[in-house]
Amino acid sequence: MTSIAPVPRLIEQFERGLDAPICLTWELTYACNLACVHCLSSSGKRDPRELSTAQCKAVIDELERMGVFYVNIGGGEPTIRPDFWELVDYATEHHVGVKFSTNRVRITPEVAQRLADSDYVDVQISLDGATAEVNDAVRGPGSFDMAIRALANLANAGFADAKISVVVTRHNVGQLDDFKALADRYGATLRITRLRPSGRGADVWDELHPTAAQQVELYNWLVAKGDRVLTGDSFFHLAGLGAPGALAGLNMCGAGRVVCLIDPVGDVYACPFAIHDRFLAGNIVSDESFDNVWKNSALFTELRQPQSAGACGSCGHYDACRGGCMAAKFFTGLPLDGPDPECVEGYGAPALAEARDKPRPGADHSRGKPIMLTLQRPPAKPCNESPV
Amino acid sequence: MTAHTVGAAFDPTRTWRLHPQVAVRPEPFGALLYHFGTRKLSFLKNRTIVAVVESLGDHPTVASALAAAGVDPDQEAPYLHALSVLVASNMLVIKESA
Repeated sequence: MTSIAPVPRLIEQFERGLDAPICLTWELTYACNLACVHCLSSSGKRDPRELSTAQCKAVIDELERMGVFYVNIGGGEPTIRPDFWELVDYATEHHVGVKFSTNRVRITPEVAQRLADSDYVDVQISLDGATAEVNDAVRGPGSFDMAIRALANLANAGFADAKISVVVTRHNVGQLDDFKALADRYGATLRITRLRPSGRGADVWDELHPTAAQQVELYNWLVAKGDRVLTGDSFFHLAGLGAPGALAGLNMCGAGRVVCLIDPVGDVYACPFAIHDRFLAGNIVSDESFDNVWKNSALFTELRQPQSAGACGSCGHYDACRGGCMAAKFFTGLPLDGPDPECVEGYGAPALAEARDKPRPGADHSRGKPIMLTLQRPPAKPCNESPV
Repeated sequence: MTAHTVGAAFDPTRTWRLHPQVAVRPEPFGALLYHFGTRKLSFLKNRTIVAVVESLGDHPTVASALAAAGVDPDQEAPYLHALSVLVASNMLVIKESA
């Protein structure tokens, strides 16, 4: 009855939407000390309209009433907010679990102790290379050392099972075993997610997204070793590469159905990778409440209707991948009712080769345009390269 | 971390209860379970299993909880399987006698 393996009837229930999200992503601020080239929220500068402490607490009250189990807090760099720990405490006191992503937890002994004592707070350290060379090319100079220091601090403070959060790219897909070893060294769990062409990611996606051969490599790695690796179910576009259920998780797009995003100014988007007017459901302040936006917005109502398979209708894999990721299609300029740009049947590639009109992300808080450092390919193990 | 035995063997003759860190959210199809300790999500796919899970702690044995929820003895198998899965993922723990 409990399920790891997907059960169609349940997925259909989820596709019709729940009365409240299971969890949601909440970006607390657009301010960030880093300027990652692939930042999904184009973060950098704080937005003057960001929600106040009181407004944030009102959101938490609502999430408690709605029965939302936990929030994934990110940004920007959420710990930059002076009221960050106050909000974490407020959430856990109100039975809303917190998982937060950070690039540099500044752990005082008190904070470390508090984190270690709480079963309701989970920490994710972002890292996009198992070596400084690969990581810093994307996340900026010094960011690898900063993340490793944060992991060491957490481990020393007795915080068990932190998460190392990796966005899989063309340059780090060969390092999956190294990431796993790194996680094991710090008593952490590896979490890997898909690179989306969202935010500043739109500018670097062509260059950074894994090749077709690497997608197969990634899929095989997940099936062989993925049982103790978290993925946020983000690789469902690869589900067609093997038997149904081989890939752990629900493997469906939960956007506006079981998950969503609240951005720093209270705008509600269908998912964290869809910061654009096309996927804006409403605002928690101007539309009265989050509950109202979740239950009644025109966008979410539309997403909960049966979706057209479009050009994918005749493909035998459609039941497995459901046409892939809406945001990945949208920001690469592909039609929403066609194949994913990384379609396992290769139907995305010719579509990408045609002239495309790529929509610009909705909100850009970048401080200038970060430039990817020149990256030498890591010394790839020959066996990691596909012979085909 | 809590001291409950992880993945204890499922003995239906004992008294079981939901782990204190598990939250239950009723849904039209049954319920969602979330374990704040293991951060795992599970689904209960019908109302009967929800009633069974929520009442386990009030019954001395699993059989009596199943009977109270209207599950006939010849229909127990899938429910016992579901409960054993919940025990393996630490959603259910043995209720220590008061």
